[in-house]
Amino acid sequence: MSFGKVTRRRFLVRAAAAGIVVGTPRLSAAAQAVASVLVVPASGPGPIPVMLNVNGAVHALKIEPRVTLLDALRERLQLTGTKKGCDQGTCGACTVLVDGRRVNSCLTLAVMAQGKKVTTVEGLANGDQLHPVQAAFLQHDGFQCGYCTPGQIMSAVALLAEKRPTDEASVREWMSGNICRCGAYPNIVAAVRAAAGSAS
Amino acid sequence: MNAFRYARARDVAGAMATVAADPRAKYVAGGTNVVDLMKEYVEQPSLLVDITALPLRAITHSSDGVRIGALATMSEVADHPEVAALFPAVVQALLLSASPQLRNMATIGGNVMQRTRCAYFRDISQPCNKRAPGSGCAALRGVNRQHAVVGGSEQCICTHPSDLAVALLTTDAIVHAQGRTGERQIPFDRFHVLPGATPQRETVLESGELITAIQLLKSPLTKSSYYLKVRDRASYEFALVSVAAGLDVAGGAVRAARVALGGVAPTPWRSHEAETALVGQPANAATFAAAAQAATRGMRGYGENDFKVALTRRAVARALAHAGGIG
Repeated sequence: MSFGKVTRRRFLVRAAAAGIVVGTPRLSAAAQAVASVLVVPASGPGPIPVMLNVNGAVHALKIEPRVTLLDALRERLQLTGTKKGCDQGTCGACTVLVDGRRVNSCLTLAVMAQGKKVTTVEGLANGDQLHPVQAAFLQHDGFQCGYCTPGQIMSAVALLAEKRPTDEASVREWMSGNICRCGAYPNIVAAVRAAAGSAS
Repeated sequence: MNAFRYARARDVAGAMATVAADPRAKYVAGGTNVVDLMKEYVEQPSLLVDITALPLRAITHSSDGVRIGALATMSEVADHPEVAALFPAVVQALLLSASPQLRNMATIGGNVMQRTRCAYFRDISQPCNKRAPGSGCAALRGVNRQHAVVGGSEQCICTHPSDLAVALLTTDAIVHAQGRTGERQIPFDRFHVLPGATPQRETVLESGELITAIQLLKSPLTKSSYYLKVRDRASYEFALVSVAAGLDVAGGAVRAARVALGGVAPTPWRSHEAETALVGQPANAATFAAAAQAATRGMRGYGENDFKVALTRRAVARALAHAGGIG
């Protein structure tokens, strides 16, 4: 979508559509005042306060609006379990849960994750007690280099919570947002299916 | 990506006033497309207006169909039992789109607004009339395996990437948009515009106009509609060719038909030619083959994408066989 230059007249017409009554094509002081009330205050582009709830802990950050959730986790909160692979939403290495739903943190702006609960791979285990999906990946050797593994695990945790079918073809389909360049898919699928069995 | 300001809108009027006040402002909801394009510097907004707090997320059932709030996610629509029952092609298209993660983020409004995956559009070192009007189209004589075989122009032969948009053409979908003249309703088959001489313009929306909902209207053919997607990988890949087909068959004859194509044109592409070849004819393989032939009439490749014409013909025949219950 391209945005042309907004003339004063055009702005006025839009302001009128937004509920402002104007009797003249010139932007009166009154209309300007009302429009400025409607216009949502913006912050940035410099650092702004951003509160993030990650794995149950609330963090107060000061970051630019362009900082992704992935970079906020890794570079500001030192939660480096979440990996940066493609950084464009195609590999899934950055998968985290936001309010329980799996998302690509590389395409999520941190400022837009405020007020939501973020869960990363660091938030799965209970002390030394691994999450069943983590344990299943260990038991089934569901990785080779391990770089995609945190994303695979977060995606698998979500798959089980979503109650997706867990036959082999379905697991492959519902895990398709997580790429493994080592090709450890057979063991990843086995781990997910085993975790599904232990969870049921 | 470039530095930008951020605003969180609380109501539609505020969102529109904010975008209207800044010619380089853009809306953001799921962010899966705009944030990606910002990382490539294809999009360089000065201000992002976050509309995710607006009350536009509900999916409501009515006697004539389903109304989907613009902020409903692809996952929410795909998991909705009434959408699945009334509009199976829509749910099939959604589940064949992107990945579970992206479907959890991306919204329905954003889905129909998404930009082409043309590699030249996404690479700011290359000419592209859509991104930089007047700079030329590198795809015409370049790497064009993914590109359009119908509906393009000398300015642009990109393809539209949305699966959902193709499936929506099997319903009488209506886009509800809030603009400077109030709310208006746009028939979905008139929502996207062909590139012609102005490939930077992709829809009939005016600058700052905001989609609030998409309404899906049921008909006898929607409940058996079918979406076929052909692609290079089994999952998580854009379509080379896709077909959404809906047939209303009574007494062995086609009473009404919808045929829409994806991956072949700069917009989701409704084939009136195929539909005309179907209506009144027996619902059999010969009719479907004739319709498939009609669907590809006038299509032409640009070299690497020549295969799409034959692929479209076969995909249309197969999708119709499915929709007609003989496949």
